[in-house]
Amino acid sequence: MILQQLSEAYGPSGDEGPVRELIAEEVRPHVEVLKVDSMGNLIAAKGLASSRPPVMVCAHMDEVALMVSWIEENGLLRFKKVGGIDDRILLSRAVKVGRKGVHGVIGAKPIHLQRPAERKSVVQSTDMFIDIGATDRSEAEKVVEPGDYALFDTRFEVTGDGMLKGKALDDRVGCAILCEVLKGDYSFPLYAVFTVQEELGLRGATVAAYSISPALGLVLEGTTCADIPGTEEPRWATRLGGGPALSVMDRASIANKDMLRRLREVAEREKIPYQFRRTTASGNDAGPVSLTREGVPTATVSVPCRYIHSAASMASRSDFENTVNLVSAFLADLSQRGY
Amino acid sequence: MNVEEFLRAATEASGVSGHEASVAHIYEEALRGYVDDLRRDSLGNCIAFKAGDGKPPRPRIMFAAHMDEIGLMVTKIEERGFLRFTTVGGIDPRTLVGAEVTVHGRERLRGIIGTRPPHLIPEEERTRAYKLEDLFIDVGIDGDRAEQLVSVGDVVTLNRPLLKLCSDRLAGKALDDRAGVAALVGAMEHLRRIRHEADIFAVATVQEEVGLRGAVVSSYGLEPDLGVAVDVGFGDMPGLGEHETIKLGKGPAIVRGGTVHPRLYERLVETAKQHGVKWQREVEPAGSGTDAWAIQVSRSGVPTAVLSIPLRFMHTSVETLSTSDVRETSRLLALFAAGVDAEFVRGFEYDLTTAQ
Amino acid sequence: MQELIRELTEGYGPSGNEERVRTMIQEHVQGLVDEVRTDALGNLICVRRPTAPGSGLKVMLSAHMDEIGFVVTHIDDDGFVRFDLVGGNSPFRLLGQRVAFADGTVGVIGTEKIDEIKDLKLEKLFIDVGMSGEGAKSHITIGDMATYHRPMETSGDRVIAKALDDRIGCAILVEFLRRKAPSPHEIYCVFTVQEEVGLRGATTAAFGVKPDLGIAVDVTSTGDTPKARTMDVKLGKGVAIKMKDRSLIAHPRVKDLLLATAEDRDIPHQREVLEFGGTDAGAIHLTRGGVPSGTLSIPCRYIHTPSEMVDMVDVRACVDLLEATLAREITL
Repeated sequence: MILQQLSEAYGPSGDEGPVRELIAEEVRPHVEVLKVDSMGNLIAAKGLASSRPPVMVCAHMDEVALMVSWIEENGLLRFKKVGGIDDRILLSRAVKVGRKGVHGVIGAKPIHLQRPAERKSVVQSTDMFIDIGATDRSEAEKVVEPGDYALFDTRFEVTGDGMLKGKALDDRVGCAILCEVLKGDYSFPLYAVFTVQEELGLRGATVAAYSISPALGLVLEGTTCADIPGTEEPRWATRLGGGPALSVMDRASIANKDMLRRLREVAEREKIPYQFRRTTASGNDAGPVSLTREGVPTATVSVPCRYIHSAASMASRSDFENTVNLVSAFLADLSQRGY
Repeated sequence: MNVEEFLRAATEASGVSGHEASVAHIYEEALRGYVDDLRRDSLGNCIAFKAGDGKPPRPRIMFAAHMDEIGLMVTKIEERGFLRFTTVGGIDPRTLVGAEVTVHGRERLRGIIGTRPPHLIPEEERTRAYKLEDLFIDVGIDGDRAEQLVSVGDVVTLNRPLLKLCSDRLAGKALDDRAGVAALVGAMEHLRRIRHEADIFAVATVQEEVGLRGAVVSSYGLEPDLGVAVDVGFGDMPGLGEHETIKLGKGPAIVRGGTVHPRLYERLVETAKQHGVKWQREVEPAGSGTDAWAIQVSRSGVPTAVLSIPLRFMHTSVETLSTSDVRETSRLLALFAAGVDAEFVRGFEYDLTTAQ
Repeated sequence: MQELIRELTEGYGPSGNEERVRTMIQEHVQGLVDEVRTDALGNLICVRRPTAPGSGLKVMLSAHMDEIGFVVTHIDDDGFVRFDLVGGNSPFRLLGQRVAFADGTVGVIGTEKIDEIKDLKLEKLFIDVGMSGEGAKSHITIGDMATYHRPMETSGDRVIAKALDDRIGCAILVEFLRRKAPSPHEIYCVFTVQEEVGLRGATTAAFGVKPDLGIAVDVTSTGDTPKARTMDVKLGKGVAIKMKDRSLIAHPRVKDLLLATAEDRDIPHQREVLEFGGTDAGAIHLTRGGVPSGTLSIPCRYIHTPSEMVDMVDVRACVDLLEATLAREITL
């Protein structure tokens, strides 16, 4: 499945080239126009013969990552975080550095040498290093340059009872769904935008939406899910297996009520399970899309993903498929009944 | 332009965010005769235009350096004439204790940010850092006269004549980012003597310190094809690692990271190497906190780059830099701009409809 | 004017759910303006063409319709409702408050057992609507929003109500239109949405209106209560002319125009520097190539509580100042 390739592809915020090329190859047979804008957003369009106003559906290509900031004399790499990462998930992870994928591990001072007080506190990412095995700076410089990105080295797998495991499911699940949706035919101009730099501040969508000036916006996401031990149900946000999650409100936008109603109607008519995203934390591309020019009615549909922004996240295959079904049915409904 | 003389005039002028007119005037005077047009937009951004030598439509390059500085603003006049204040832009209150300031009221008033004498401070309080609400400005006049001369909303600047230190180092206030403004002036001077195809807009922006506001509107108005922000970066000093600073005297840092288009980074590095301009690298994955952050997402997107001039003790009244870094930044900007042609600019957007 | 304020403040309109307030305002401005439209986000844009000779500007006046509130995130089997905040608020203000949903359902905010007051976190709070799980779920859905539930009170010239932030601004714009004062300017009275969650309505409205001049009308804090944060704004001392807040440094010429007009006409006014918070002017002035903008503020105590308090002296001064400022030609 395309999701496997997408999850394993290289695409940190600010350097999305490889994942963009992968998507371009995948969607080219199904679209009329395929172009890249100056920030690197991939814009795929079809249904352009229609004179109806354009609909923009987007998913972000970029993933959280690390960036090499300095090479020490002894060949160890200092790094900065790219996007929101909890320092506590970094220790002892394996990473690949640069587009060439140089293997490395994240280390810190061994526990034996830590003072008792240090053992209880969080090891800060600024006190960690990536070790690529280079014996000194000049050896490291042969394969790494400051500014290179490091990504979690995680294989995609189908596992458990229909579960999908991999890195960057936020938001490669959205990208995969958008690839599927592009196979359909619609009676309106559909602009599928694979955006860049969402994790740096919703930046790619800001400029793409300005260019396209859509009449409606729909954002596809992999969203937070905390149906895990130690978290009570009111704080789960979403539940794995509960179907696509509809956002009502988050830090960046309040979903357009008519679109939300229509999404629910379609789900109920097509008997597709759905849930609400039960938190207002965080924000996504719907923020800038909805505030484009004179304003754009916008909504978000997400696949719940546990452990996002870490080395390995987990999603449910049925949620993924139901999200494809819901988005396809919604766009078909727009085709038939207008908007 | 003599960098030191320009910086003396520019840093000793007052230009708190939203109140940049005197700095704009100095910028305009420095550029008069070198450029084809000088104008200010509705928020006060100062835009210097120099037409390119190429055939129209010519590429449009925007240089941005902000002319505003951090400062203070009067919030209340107390009964005996003491002034309470807030900050405009990020200032550490601990650097203000004992500072001499100028209150820009109906007249210019000299003032001191006062404190209690150490003799009267209880032992346990001495280890507590001062907070903004502890501080006040004493302009040495009583309540009624203070009410006449000072109004709520008047801005306050830190007093600091530019100091010449050893070698080519200068210390003063507002070198963040008047150093960048100086680099723009220098670049425009170079461009009188260098053929350049592109139109150049050298913008001294307003209100950067309170949220990149000048860059937001000026980039919308100018619709450039490329943008280069020139700002300051953290200079090396004990207590900070090599991995988090750039070195004074080693030339501008060319920033690599999400705000910088990789092709612009590469072109800047090539240009520096080809012409022997001193340069160093700075890694900033996300927001560089510069005008480029705003320019990059203007309208349909603008490829941007960032050059950092190394600066120690940022956001204090003793910011310190090396003038050679300012000169090297000017050279790099000018040489970069001279190398931009229509073909280079076209390459940022491309079509993938058919397989390559 | 107090009846208008009562109607507007007692209305239901948390961010993103401003329809009812919009309908009320629409009825009040009928016949007072030449054109009324609603944009994609729900802003109400009312246009009054120039009514006096002279060279006029396109002026955008902005007041936000939305109020802070609470959004439902979970309903348990016993009918207790968990919620997140809509706009800036603190759990310390919420204990025992009554809230109301769009359908009129009223609830009380309660808390789980806490040992110390510092443990009072939002996640400890719930809304009790006095119904069983089934009953609650039939009335309320995840994503529904509630607001404070309080009637308006008056004490002399003082008005106490929820949502004076910023229905008082809405009332001021309506009152300004009611006066039908001649003006050479094309005036866009924009009643905006989603201010409390990030000046969003003003962002898109200003892009559409493309004004030459922007003035937001909103509330501001005061420094006139016991041991208040230092601030030189007092209730009843007149309309506050904004110098600066987190979203805006007032354009020098707009600020000077407002100050000079107030002084010229003897309209009670005061200067305001607000250390926190912002208004629609923050969004308006960054629109397109930039819009010279300022803010007129109504001093207001206890902002974002169910008992916000303003003084009608300041409210009337604000209407007077708007009228006087816009009566003349303006050079920016």
